[in-house]
Amino acid sequence: MPQLDPHTLDAEVLYAALLDQVRTGIAGAHEPAIVGIHSGGAWIAERLARDLGLTARLGVLDVSFYRDDYAKKGLPAEVKPTHIAFDVAGATIVLVDDVLYTGRTTRAAINELFDYGRPARILLAALVDRGERQLPVAADFVAAHTRVAAGEALRLQQSATGQFKLTIERDHA
Amino acid sequence: MTTIHIKNGRVIDPANGVDAVQDLYIADGKVAAIGTAPDGFTAARTIDATGLVVAPGLVDLSARLREPGYEYKATLESEMQAAVQGGVTSLVCPPDTDPVLDEPGLVEMLKHRARGLHGAHVHPLGALTMGLKGRALTEMAELTEAGCIGFSHAEVPVEDTTVLLRALQYAKTFGYTVWLRPQDAHIGKGGVAHSGPLASRLGLSGVPVMAETIALHTIFELLRATGAKVHLCRISSAAGLELVRAAKAEGLPVSCDVGVHHLHMTDADIGFFDPNARLTPPLRSQRDRDAIRAALTDGTIDAICSDHTPVDDDEKLLPFAEASPGATGLELLLSLTLKWAEDLGGHHGPGDALFKALARVTSAPARVAGLDAGTLAVGSGADVVLFDPTARWLVEAPALASQGKHTPFLGYEMAGQVRATIVGGHVAYERNAA
Amino acid sequence: MLNPQLNKHGELQHLLTTEGLPKAIVNQILDTAASFVSVSDREVKKVPLMRGKSVFNLFFENSTRTRTTFEIASKRLSADVINLNIQASSASKGESLLDTIDNLSAMHADMFVVRHASSGAPYLIAKHLHDTKQNHVHVVNAGDGRHAHPTQGLLDMYTIRHYKKDFTNLRVAIVGDILHSRVARSDIHALTTLGVPEIRAIGPHTLLPGGLEQLGVRTFTNMDEGLKDVDVIIMLRLQNERMSGALLPSAQEYFKSYGLTQERLALAVPDAIVMHPGPMNRGVEIESAVADGPQAVILSQVTFGIAVRMAVMSILAGNQG
Repeated sequence: MPQLDPHTLDAEVLYAALLDQVRTGIAGAHEPAIVGIHSGGAWIAERLARDLGLTARLGVLDVSFYRDDYAKKGLPAEVKPTHIAFDVAGATIVLVDDVLYTGRTTRAAINELFDYGRPARILLAALVDRGERQLPVAADFVAAHTRVAAGEALRLQQSATGQFKLTIERDHA
Repeated sequence: MTTIHIKNGRVIDPANGVDAVQDLYIADGKVAAIGTAPDGFTAARTIDATGLVVAPGLVDLSARLREPGYEYKATLESEMQAAVQGGVTSLVCPPDTDPVLDEPGLVEMLKHRARGLHGAHVHPLGALTMGLKGRALTEMAELTEAGCIGFSHAEVPVEDTTVLLRALQYAKTFGYTVWLRPQDAHIGKGGVAHSGPLASRLGLSGVPVMAETIALHTIFELLRATGAKVHLCRISSAAGLELVRAAKAEGLPVSCDVGVHHLHMTDADIGFFDPNARLTPPLRSQRDRDAIRAALTDGTIDAICSDHTPVDDDEKLLPFAEASPGATGLELLLSLTLKWAEDLGGHHGPGDALFKALARVTSAPARVAGLDAGTLAVGSGADVVLFDPTARWLVEAPALASQGKHTPFLGYEMAGQVRATIVGGHVAYERNAA
Repeated sequence: MLNPQLNKHGELQHLLTTEGLPKAIVNQILDTAASFVSVSDREVKKVPLMRGKSVFNLFFENSTRTRTTFEIASKRLSADVINLNIQASSASKGESLLDTIDNLSAMHADMFVVRHASSGAPYLIAKHLHDTKQNHVHVVNAGDGRHAHPTQGLLDMYTIRHYKKDFTNLRVAIVGDILHSRVARSDIHALTTLGVPEIRAIGPHTLLPGGLEQLGVRTFTNMDEGLKDVDVIIMLRLQNERMSGALLPSAQEYFKSYGLTQERLALAVPDAIVMHPGPMNRGVEIESAVADGPQAVILSQVTFGIAVRMAVMSILAGNQG
């Protein structure tokens, strides 16, 4: 897949592409489920679950308690609730994040999922992969590759009517 | 015996109404003259007191020297050094040593030890009852002969009112003064802070003002019955002072003192459970502190004392209620008295607030204790303090000679620093010029 | 020391009391606790936040219950827990409190959970850690004398928030031995911070401390009057010592005037909740029918207590001094 200019990304178009990939990818899978990582991943997961008829098998994860930078940064001011409505054991889980970057968030999310039970399989879906991995993590479904400048972040936003939009912001992390 | 000429200092002697810049001459251990040199006087030593105040050495009505028995907290050597460094030349020590000062031999030994150190004059108070147990009277006549200037029950309330009555009657027989802390034996027992909203918030056991006023009522009734002379130690409350005021107006033979910390601090200074603020009596409310200041001004309170109580780290660095009460005070008495004077109206000229304040630590306590001290009258013992009222110093452990390093004023800057202290015509302490 | 609970960034360095705890921090604790509640429902009831950290439970006053909840909370955060039961008796002149702390710090303690019979003891520890520049060590006050029991106060707030949602239109009554109660004090401060408009203290004069009005509390010696239209009732435990200290004649008489019976509960609003920090003295401060009834949320308090303690400890451990 070619690398795109981050300023030209249309989130709605990317979502449609991602939905297609996931639908194909989980056809025939055993006990499929969708789990989104707060906040962007959770929004995408909710829409995927609706569009795939899997709302009964939807979960949202806050990885704050599993991050590897707790010693440096402490707990974030706001911790959102984690809610897994289905039995993780034996499930084929599509883990959804908005932007795949270093891979650390994915690692934290996988660790957290395993504390709920032993899934049969985890597949990773990301709207955008911006490269520069620091861990050996790869997405199974991704709608676009891009590069973002250092000190900048790619953020997913959701309008009041549920429309997705990607913006580039200064990274305050 | 040396002759000393103190030049050009502001001589303040409240006992004799003196407040002027003039010279002071010392010979044979006594004040030889003020103003003009006596005939044939040659000074073996001349001290330039320009910019300094020259006053009678301070008379402290309560300083614990911790000997005998509590040498791990402090020794005579260290505390006598603290006294002269604080400008104190006469001090009264309470009898709550170990063993209690209830035997003439113990008193003689203490006086002998103190004399050998050539520091402040030490005047012990004898115990009112044996072992301070509140049951059997002590041999007051024998103890007086050994050097006691009065009889006290230290911090221990006399539980049996009959015993207190008999003790007062007995003391009256010989004309001895009884020094009592007005404190009910039961109310407020175990209390560690002033009963009030602050203690409630902090969850600290309270000592209500009632503990002091009920005891005062009892003492005054006993005074009316016996006519004994009583000195009330460490009054802490506005209500208590009202009772003392009325008793004095009535003509009862009563005097009283206040601890210098209570002149400045309130229960709010406990802050976050600072054990340095653990004192007895406890620091009370702002209203009580204001009443103490007013009572010092109108004479209801006769004297300010340091209530010097050295406490070591092991007994102070504990949770508030477990910490031993008490603070170091000999070296802060002068500065804290000056601080009060400044609050009253600062230094302006002869007879000003400084003059009135110094009376409360020189002539007044000397009168209360019946001592020939706190005066610069010609012919009196040459006990003199020279101090710089403007010099500032920081209250911290290395600055204190006392082994007691705990005071709620730790870290504060104070005005008023002793330059030299003369006891019996002999320079007992001199601060080297910085 | 300016507010010893906060570090120079205004973050929580120690939890010593609910008094003066900024509202933002109280809400942070309650919100974080909400996330921890569900941890107990999972297969692996742990999160790795405090892996490799050592929590020392320093209990100078016996309490198996509180110590156990802290132990569970620590273990759910994957911390290592060491329990020390130190009987502080003046008869046995043992190691001083600060010497104990220094020794344990030398063993690389990261957190001290301290319960002590003397009000202010945790402050002495916090000051000592500050003076010896050990800013990575945190203190949680598990109850000091009569002064404070902040985690209990916070879990009580969590419980009220869970059942009542909005603090700003509640009437809360605290009943019993308020004079000796660190729980009452911590509750009062927290309720005030969260904007509860009416706090009532109910008890006989001998058990009501002076100065409650200055804290914004209305006092009642008549329980029927005090409970009228109340939304939350917090019952305090009556200890046996109160009978021997000439504060009360007997438990029976206390129950007659101040026991929470079904009749008295009916004076409150119909959906009022009944709370108790535990352990309960049935038939002394509360009737069994009420304690086991539908309005009692006492067992929920225990569950929430673990989540709140996990929240406190993980927030502290993440804040570098």
